[in-house]
Amino acid sequence: MSARPRGAAKQGPGLLWIPLLGCFAFLYLPILVVVVLSFNSGRSALNLQGLSLRWYAEVFRDGDLGHALVNTLLVATGTMVVSTVLGTMLAVGLVRHARSTALDAFAMTPAILPDLVLAIGLLSFFSWAGISLGLGTVMVAHTAFGTAFVVAVVRARLVQLDGSLEEASQDLGAGWLSTFVRVTLPSIAPAVLAGALLSFTLSVDEFVIAFFTNGPDSPTLPIEIYSRVRFGVTPEINALATLLLLVSVVAVVAGALALRRTETIDDD
Amino acid sequence: MTTVTRGRRAAGAAFLGPGLLFTAVFVAVPVLLVMSYTVFQRGRFGGIVYTFGFDNFSRALEPTFRSVLVSSVVTAAAATAIALAIGYPVAYAIARLPERWRSIALVLVVIPFWTNFLIRTYAWTVLLNTQGVLNDALVGAGLIDDRLDLLYTRGAVVAGLVYVYLPLMVLPIYASVARLDRELGEASADLGASRLTGFLRVTLPLSLPGVVTGCIFVFVPSLGNFVVPELLGGGKTVMVGNLVRDQFLKARDWPFGATLALFVVVLLLVLFALQSVVSRRYSVEARR
Repeated sequence: MSARPRGAAKQGPGLLWIPLLGCFAFLYLPILVVVVLSFNSGRSALNLQGLSLRWYAEVFRDGDLGHALVNTLLVATGTMVVSTVLGTMLAVGLVRHARSTALDAFAMTPAILPDLVLAIGLLSFFSWAGISLGLGTVMVAHTAFGTAFVVAVVRARLVQLDGSLEEASQDLGAGWLSTFVRVTLPSIAPAVLAGALLSFTLSVDEFVIAFFTNGPDSPTLPIEIYSRVRFGVTPEINALATLLLLVSVVAVVAGALALRRTETIDDD
Repeated sequence: MTTVTRGRRAAGAAFLGPGLLFTAVFVAVPVLLVMSYTVFQRGRFGGIVYTFGFDNFSRALEPTFRSVLVSSVVTAAAATAIALAIGYPVAYAIARLPERWRSIALVLVVIPFWTNFLIRTYAWTVLLNTQGVLNDALVGAGLIDDRLDLLYTRGAVVAGLVYVYLPLMVLPIYASVARLDRELGEASADLGASRLTGFLRVTLPLSLPGVVTGCIFVFVPSLGNFVVPELLGGGKTVMVGNLVRDQFLKARDWPFGATLALFVVVLLLVLFALQSVVSRRYSVEARR
């Protein structure tokens, strides 16, 4: 180790492991507390009295939560389908046909805009246009920013491909539609899938815009959670939080593994 | 050739049309509409009265509202500064980890970010509660005698904002530090610079675009956030996001709510202008 020349020293994190571990403690301690307390056998949300799964049973029995979950999945599925179609076409158009920084910026605006601004904008717009609020308006609102995220993901992939295959296809007499379906789409398929999953996840998670553009009768899951956490801590919310945490851990790890796999395939 | 060009044009329009139209109708028009409300008045029973004037702006600058605007900026700036102080060393450390550990560390940073932010904020109400774990630990360790009111303070709001948005600081800084060639650092070492000098004169300036991006990613959503101030500030710490929310959903004074939101938009535009200046001046490309 010590014989290695100075310039080539493989620098590890050195003393920097202190902020690193500190950061992970900071990120995970609050969550860990909630996870532990979710297994409480007593009625307290704050002090562990014994272990049980009763609050999980409570979550699964809770009709309002189930209803809100169904609403969320409906909105997210609609958002995913429309965002993926619009976003993929838009990305292809921007990279292969337009090449305009102004249009690029315009397409990315909804991703950059603060959610509160888009929320009050859409609320005003729906009210002005006389459209009554409900799950449909939430879906439209989520699609507005979901499309931008699909554009970002698909665009990044398209930029890596040089487009010569598409040109060859068109030189050989294929029309733009069959070129798109047979040449472009297969080569960007992983990015389209990633964009679809991203728009779905963002919609499931989104609160502020849904809060402003939803009607009173059909809350999404984040809205239902908000209406409960406003009124204090309960062991049932602890259990619900743990379940949602589990879902995100599985999703992120699966996403990271899938990404690594596509990268290794690319390298071969 | 002309039919080919025309065909390409048509194809371009077919690809771009639907997405651009959707974005125009459901993003551009709504935002412009609500921003136009800033120069109109609220009706007697809610709604909009289209008489032109700047009354909303003078009202937003009255002491009550001005103090909220100022304290929102201070709170969001404090959260950004703390997130930077934590996030920079963390991003730097991750960039120096061996390949394998690096991706694990990144996943660990990202997981909380993909956890619903209401849940993450809620976790802090559990943690900071007067009867909660942190107070238990402090009393148990004999550090304090009486339980502290940690919740419903400005400190709790800042802590919550840092917690919720920290990954947004770490990731862009990591991206800019990881992109720097290790060779750059090695070259500066070979030329006799100490590690500190190398860091200060090479790594730090070149990572500045990532720092600015991270700061914007933390500052902007912090400024407009109304959930963290509500849950962790308990109504005592009101931020501009809470005012906007209340004007739209409770007071139903949309023009005034829009005016307060315009404040956030203007700050955002100023920050983006700043970012483009910094990234132009300090990007790796610019140095070549």
